[in-house]
Amino acid sequence: MTAIVNVFLKEGVLDPQGKAIHHALDAMNFEGVEDVRMGKQIVLKLSSTNKEDAQKEVEQMAEEILANTVIEDYTIELV
Amino acid sequence: MKNIAVLQFPGTNCDLDTQYAFEKLGCKTTIVWHKASKLPDNTDLVVVPGGFSYGDYLRSGAIAKFSPIMKEVIEYANQGGKVLGICNGFQILTEVGLLPGALKRNIGLHFISRFQTLKVVNNNNVFLQKYNKDEVINIPIAHADGNYYIDEKGYQELEANDQILVRYSDEKGDPVVVNGSVTSIAGICNQSKNVFGLMPHPERALERILGSDDGIKMLEGLIA
Repeated sequence: MTAIVNVFLKEGVLDPQGKAIHHALDAMNFEGVEDVRMGKQIVLKLSSTNKEDAQKEVEQMAEEILANTVIEDYTIELV
Repeated sequence: MKNIAVLQFPGTNCDLDTQYAFEKLGCKTTIVWHKASKLPDNTDLVVVPGGFSYGDYLRSGAIAKFSPIMKEVIEYANQGGKVLGICNGFQILTEVGLLPGALKRNIGLHFISRFQTLKVVNNNNVFLQKYNKDEVINIPIAHADGNYYIDEKGYQELEANDQILVRYSDEKGDPVVVNGSVTSIAGICNQSKNVFGLMPHPERALERILGSDDGIKMLEGLIA
């Protein structure tokens, strides 16, 4: 099973990298971009075949190291 | 003679500068590799120095958090031991939860390396006891992730308990935006005032001929 963990700065926490990308897109005349948020994606290959166990384990990983929950939120997708 | 333990992670690069600084002030220093599980006996101060532990992979300080020595440092701090985190050391201390808040990418995205004036916000702590309140000092900064963030509730606690140590300022002491930090915060301490973290590098401000010796009093405060 593969776990895809997306980590983003929390809503309301200013994202300097997203802002810089937004500026660049404006400069390139891409119109209609209202907001840009930049995050990272961590892909984990798991030996587990039990979705429930995997979800629990990856949640623990996200809480303890993959995200800094003071400033970041995360989502987990299992495929 | 005071005994200083200076931690070293893969990617730390201010360990020898920090050792030089404390030895110049008459201390005995020991460099402690991150895989050690014990601090030297009779350690009077632990310094988590600057650099790029684990190449800043994942987030600055995120991986160093799980090095064996950090468990010992947390216990040492919880028993009242003095801990100082400089730059990457500050980032590591927030990651392990010894200090509140977090450090994000600088608002302008640049790595900023230069002398910077700072205002001493509170001096009722051992670290800044040798300065006057509101004194403006000149200490180098060198970082890409120094944009200090804390939520409103956390900020109110810092204010109420005099935990804000220094702010980036102009020469008159008025706050300036350097990296986007909440209210220009450059350094804080914990509630019991035995754990200190700051982005500027006091160990690089020891000799006037090299630009400033304003850092001496910070380090002296910790070993007084």
